[in-house]
Amino acid sequence: MNDIVEIRWHGRGGQGAKTASLLLADAAFNTGKYVQGFPEYGPERMGAPITAYNRISSERSTVHSNIYFPDYVVVVDETLLYSVDVTAGLKPEGAIVVNSGKTPAELRPQLKGYEGKVCTIDAGKISEEELGKNFPNTPMLAAIVKVSGVVEAEAFVQDMEASFKHKFASKPQVIEGNMRALKRAMEEVQVG
Amino acid sequence: MGIRERLSGNEAIAFAMKQINPDVMGAFPITPSTEIPQYFSTYVDNGEVDTEFIAVESEHSAMSTCIGAQAAGARSISATSSCGLIYMAEMLYVAASDRLPITLAVSCRALSGPININNDHSDIMSVRDAGWIMLYAETNQEAYDNYLQAMRIGEAVQLPIMICQDGFITSHAIENIELVETDQVKAFVGEYKPEHYLLKKDEPMAVGAYATPVYYIEAKRQQAQAMMDAKDVIKQVAAEFAEMTGRSYGLIEEFMMEDADEAVVIIGSSAGTAKEAVRQLRAQGKKVGLIKIRSIRPFPAEEIAQALKNVKSFAVMDKADSFNGHCGPMGAEVAAAMYANKVTEPKMINYIYGLGGRDVRVESIQHVFAELEKITASGETGETYRYLEVRE
Repeated sequence: MNDIVEIRWHGRGGQGAKTASLLLADAAFNTGKYVQGFPEYGPERMGAPITAYNRISSERSTVHSNIYFPDYVVVVDETLLYSVDVTAGLKPEGAIVVNSGKTPAELRPQLKGYEGKVCTIDAGKISEEELGKNFPNTPMLAAIVKVSGVVEAEAFVQDMEASFKHKFASKPQVIEGNMRALKRAMEEVQVG
Repeated sequence: MGIRERLSGNEAIAFAMKQINPDVMGAFPITPSTEIPQYFSTYVDNGEVDTEFIAVESEHSAMSTCIGAQAAGARSISATSSCGLIYMAEMLYVAASDRLPITLAVSCRALSGPININNDHSDIMSVRDAGWIMLYAETNQEAYDNYLQAMRIGEAVQLPIMICQDGFITSHAIENIELVETDQVKAFVGEYKPEHYLLKKDEPMAVGAYATPVYYIEAKRQQAQAMMDAKDVIKQVAAEFAEMTGRSYGLIEEFMMEDADEAVVIIGSSAGTAKEAVRQLRAQGKKVGLIKIRSIRPFPAEEIAQALKNVKSFAVMDKADSFNGHCGPMGAEVAAAMYANKVTEPKMINYIYGLGGRDVRVESIQHVFAELEKITASGETGETYRYLEVRE
């Protein structure tokens, strides 16, 4: 039986949604899963809506299409709720995770009657406080891992630490900031 | 034991190039294959390979570089896509007729216009008669595996070879892959030891000489023979590759074809999506199957006809149009293959699909099978030249 989990990311060009989807693929790969991580490509420019996808499964998926009926949706930029149909096809037994300072109850009316779990995380605030800049993708990645359970939490944290140490070998303060942002997001994500 | 990794299709190709460490790369970037020379240039810069990396001002020059280098006796590579490939077209024919086994990685993309960067097969289909061997991958794994086999095939028959995959869909998607240890790769691919080459000082020769009408057609006949011979070589190299890795390849792949009444014939990443459609329809008790073409050149006419001889109806899927008013390029070749092999019972239709990156879903292929089921039931093909999921 192939327990496939499909995730769709909505972000804006330059916010790192594509990178986050690739990092999630990496994290799932490192726990022994089969992964797909891919963005939808086109004439991209900074600030324009972009979509990226993940398939995570215990057997290789041969499907190479976009994802129309995701288990989870991640919205990296709250303003997209007003221009993109982010809950299209989203399974009611799944969840949507939005980068927002609002509570799930406050946000739900914007989600066109979506009946599944609504989760919010103030990734912008966490990023500003821990990294000094608005890089929401690390907290968003942590939030979707927490909400979906697609990667075991402890393994994810260890894996990300190793990845940051490799990526930012010459900037230890960036490693610590990212790890704080990651752990805070896992604690602070609100599920409603 | 292989190395478990996750790489995009472009990364996989660049990694294969690194493991092989060829002599010369002629490089000019174009989306979506740009990453291949980009990654490879870092290997050159880091000293991980000792390849001569020659950055040029166009794809025409990139292929000219490869031709000069390969003629001199150096194993040469390049990578391209779309308009870059057809800008090479003149030199592709020269490479083939000079019998230079250059290896070209192609991340396939639509041709302009309308201008578009996404995947279809119109680039490679437009150069399919240039005299190159052409293998097409469904996945990043197949792109890597085909690349490792490419030089063995091309060098055995002295023809250049394209290793094709779907731009973005596999070239830019991260997926699991099993890599072969580098020492095994080197042992499998071997050294390039041409019998005749320009830098062989005791055997002065000319490459690319003028051929008068007294010689030209014989030169082409020899090219044709090399392409026919390539069929067996592809199978032999695949058999050796399977011994090393456990992964088997043929000229075509047959998926659930044994008792199939309806089938699709398809190339590239959409074959994987179509396999899922076949699995789902099989679960409903429908006798459906799939044929994936791995070797576009040489064209496995006999194998395809044999695989289709017992079906009632089939659809040839073309990610490119020929604009001849009645079928796409693979539609024409499969029809010719059937007739040449005296298989004329099955009903055939031809779909143009997925142009310019139009997403191909499991449901898209299920629709094709639903149409085939109607044709089987009625015995009437209706329109044979169809566009899939197009707004009209």
